[in-house]
Amino acid sequence: MTVAQVIISYAVWLALVVLCVSFLLTVWRVIKGPTLPDRVVALDMLTGIVIGFIALIAIRTGFTLYIDIAISLGLVGFLATVAFARFILSRGNRGAPKGDMMKTFTASVPEPRRRSAARRSSGTGPAVRRKAKK
Amino acid sequence: MMDILLAATTALLILGGAGFALVAAIGLNRLPDLYTRMHAASKAGTVGSGLLLLAVGVHAGDLPTFARALAGFFFFVLTAPVSAHLLAMAAHKVGYPLYAESVRDEMKDYDKRI
Repeated sequence: MTVAQVIISYAVWLALVVLCVSFLLTVWRVIKGPTLPDRVVALDMLTGIVIGFIALIAIRTGFTLYIDIAISLGLVGFLATVAFARFILSRGNRGAPKGDMMKTFTASVPEPRRRSAARRSSGTGPAVRRKAKK
Repeated sequence: MMDILLAATTALLILGGAGFALVAAIGLNRLPDLYTRMHAASKAGTVGSGLLLLAVGVHAGDLPTFARALAGFFFFVLTAPVSAHLLAMAAHKVGYPLYAESVRDEMKDYDKRI
């Protein structure tokens, strides 16, 4: 083994240990995370850490094809996060904790648009408005 | 001599990437609310995985591999803010709370402004 190989071997071992620790910390946030967006952020971070693992394995084994795998994993992680964001938006306020919100913030939280709400008030004519006044 | 320099650069990139990932994971656990956790996850986390990819490119030592690693790095750097912004926007719109000691919420009358 040359000096260069020894340097890289030690660096890769150390980095694997550090990545394991950060992986476990992130998994702890996924388990604990009080709300769904917390978990989604942690899962996004988890994808990043796994990409780091793949890069380290690429260095260790010498197969540079792993770069393509890492890029495609990043693409899948990005799409998953976007899909989760759409899901959170369409799911509405369910699960959001109440009570410890900032006051100015609570006053301005818009009702998320839902189809059922649109169905309930089927029109905006004078009859509906009169009903709303009562 | 040259290969030792290359190995030292690679080792520096590897350790830097792993360190950024660790900082991101610690921030993810220590910061108080969703929006601040997003800072840790999408900035430090992205730089961590990007530096590790660059390390693969430098270690391989040929131009096509390095170009692919660079492309991957730019891909991550470009997509992470987009996904973080979408997620923060969705969470804020639905009404997930800010940390109680936050001093400012510039998005609070966003719906009136557009």
